[in-house]
Amino acid sequence: MLEIKNLHASVEGKEILKGVNLKMNAGEIHAIMGPNGSGKSTLAQVLAGHEAYEVTEGEVLYNGMNLLDLDPEERAREGVFLAFQYPVEIPGVSNAYFLRSALNEVRKHHGLEVIDAADFLRLAKDKMKMLDMDKSMLNRSVNEGFSGGEKKRNEIFQMAMLNPKLAVLDETDSGLDIDALKIVANGVNTLRSADNAFLVITHYQRLLNYIVPDFVHVLVDGRIVKSGGKELALQLEEAGYDEVKMEALQAAGIA
Amino acid sequence: MSSVVEDTKRVENERHDSDAIIDSHVAQEYKYGFYTEIEADSLPPGLNEEIIRALSAKKNEPEWMTEWRLKAFRHWQNMEEPRWPNVTYEPVDYQAITYYSAPKKKGEGPQSLDDVDPELIRTFEKLGIPLEEQKMLAGVAVDAVFDSVSVATTFKEELKKAGVIFCSMSEAIQEHPELVKKYLGSVVPQTDNFFAALNSAVFSDGSFCYVPKGVRCPMELSTYFRINAMNTGQFERTLIVADEGAYVSYLEGCTAPMRDENQLHAAVVELVALDNAEIKYSTVQNWYPGDEQGKGGIYNFVTKRGRAETNAKISWTQVETGSAITWKYPSVILKGDNSIGEFYSVALTKMRQQADTGTKMIHLGKNTRSTIISKGISAGYSNNSYRGLVKVMKGAANARNYTQCDSMLMGDKCGAHTFPYIEVKNSTAKVEHEATTSKVAEDQIFYLMQRGLSEEDAVSMIVNGFCKEVFRQLPMEFAVEAQKLLSISLEGSVG
Repeated sequence: MLEIKNLHASVEGKEILKGVNLKMNAGEIHAIMGPNGSGKSTLAQVLAGHEAYEVTEGEVLYNGMNLLDLDPEERAREGVFLAFQYPVEIPGVSNAYFLRSALNEVRKHHGLEVIDAADFLRLAKDKMKMLDMDKSMLNRSVNEGFSGGEKKRNEIFQMAMLNPKLAVLDETDSGLDIDALKIVANGVNTLRSADNAFLVITHYQRLLNYIVPDFVHVLVDGRIVKSGGKELALQLEEAGYDEVKMEALQAAGIA
Repeated sequence: MSSVVEDTKRVENERHDSDAIIDSHVAQEYKYGFYTEIEADSLPPGLNEEIIRALSAKKNEPEWMTEWRLKAFRHWQNMEEPRWPNVTYEPVDYQAITYYSAPKKKGEGPQSLDDVDPELIRTFEKLGIPLEEQKMLAGVAVDAVFDSVSVATTFKEELKKAGVIFCSMSEAIQEHPELVKKYLGSVVPQTDNFFAALNSAVFSDGSFCYVPKGVRCPMELSTYFRINAMNTGQFERTLIVADEGAYVSYLEGCTAPMRDENQLHAAVVELVALDNAEIKYSTVQNWYPGDEQGKGGIYNFVTKRGRAETNAKISWTQVETGSAITWKYPSVILKGDNSIGEFYSVALTKMRQQADTGTKMIHLGKNTRSTIISKGISAGYSNNSYRGLVKVMKGAANARNYTQCDSMLMGDKCGAHTFPYIEVKNSTAKVEHEATTSKVAEDQIFYLMQRGLSEEDAVSMIVNGFCKEVFRQLPMEFAVEAQKLLSISLEGSVG
């Protein structure tokens, strides 16, 4: 589904990603862990196509397409979804209107008919129930006045509505209490199928108790320094990033 | 006392002087065969008493109307064009303007839509304007028998049944002189300001509406207007009177871009809401804004004002996207106790457009309330100013005003300005003013694009969200059109 090859990216002339390699198959959940400033969020933004991030080298293949050639909206319509770390507020635009427009763009792209208001509402209520969200959220302006937890839940709700093939969750767990975390994880687990894949970016191992990854990658200083199974997350939690980093550097013969 | 007398004298002297000037003008005109021109379809360019008399005569106006115009003209001659608005433009040569032209006949202007700027047609199509209306808007001469004429007649009959008078100003002067005499100039006097005085002297036509006591006008006065009020010319005059307990909702303008060879537009709109009456006046203004360099756009200098008597309510809602220069402050004089004034405005400027617009709320009565919501959007190299006055007079106990004034900037070459004036002479008044300025954040655009929206759709969604409080005030159908208009106007403004 996704193959990242030697990806280099910089922001404002400063190189953040220094050669990331990653391969994901449909049906898999990958977790990316790493200390602050290691490039986790940059990776997420580059995959989504934020123009502030310049790709200087490497390529990204997504279902046979060259992902980096696509505009952000084309990527979205092709099934790439980013759950933002800091979802922005759009005053005056209702969640329902926004989401229906988005859903219809995706549907049109796939040659499907646009969804009418009644069907949309039915679908939305279904998904909101799953995420234990109040349906008044539909009529509120996008993220405006939402608490941190509500914003994150709204991201997962949008994901559930758009049903992406590749979902990138950028620190969705930050700012969530344990109950909210469980709800969000439950949402992801419900959506999980043999046809889609999740890239879960997190600083803490906690989320991975609920969204159990098939693979864990450690990103340090713009490179994936270690990959392993779900047990790697626990190991990291105990030993900390420094040790993993040292170990990786030693293995690479640098330290 | 003596000073008053002196003033009067001075005015008389001035009038004397101006009479002399006019006389000499008239003499000159005569030299060039002025009188032979009179029988033609247009009067020669220029403005003097003789022109006004001729114009009034062409319209078959009664003597009192001619005098009314002349009074305005005499005053106008001694007035200065306002220089205080935050706009700059080439000076207007008032003597170069033709103040009367007969309505266009078939054979003039473009013969079919094929002769019209394809860009304009593209916009019409996007807005979903029917073909026949497209022709009208583009100035294509159309046959006299055409669908909407019968539609208009149907409307007229329905209004007649309700007792509502709705006709052109010219017709009203002929058919309802008592009402026109009573109310014309009662809110915006002939001498009010430079452009209002000019309009009073030379107004071409406009609309007149009278809703009798206790009558709720059975329809939005919209479609009718759109079809019929085209080509009313550059000096439009509108008067709407809602008698006691009456209600009327009036929609002016059209979302389709309108071209006009006349660069200067100076309209006057007067609203009179008698006790317990309500008038809702909505405008969508989309005059030609000029090209990228700002050449050729319309100068729109408008005076709009309403008077609200006891328990009456007047709402102005405007969506301004056109014109090179906009100078416009729809106002409400809250004369009666418990009267309400509202102003909801979206002003969008792009390219080289300049808008100086806002409102005046004059609180005279007790417990009067006013609300001002202004949304300014600037893009390109444009300049967008909000100018508003909230005045609470001594007798206006417990007056309330709430003002919210938001500006949005797109790009870094445009300007947004706010000039709020507040004068309060009664200590029980409560006046609130809130203002914000924001930029359309790239993060907002990216967020929407990440969900599958195109960049243009994303921007349009953000801007429409920003304007929502104003659009909510528009009648449903109009609101949808206004949203579309905003989106189309913004095309190419990003990136």
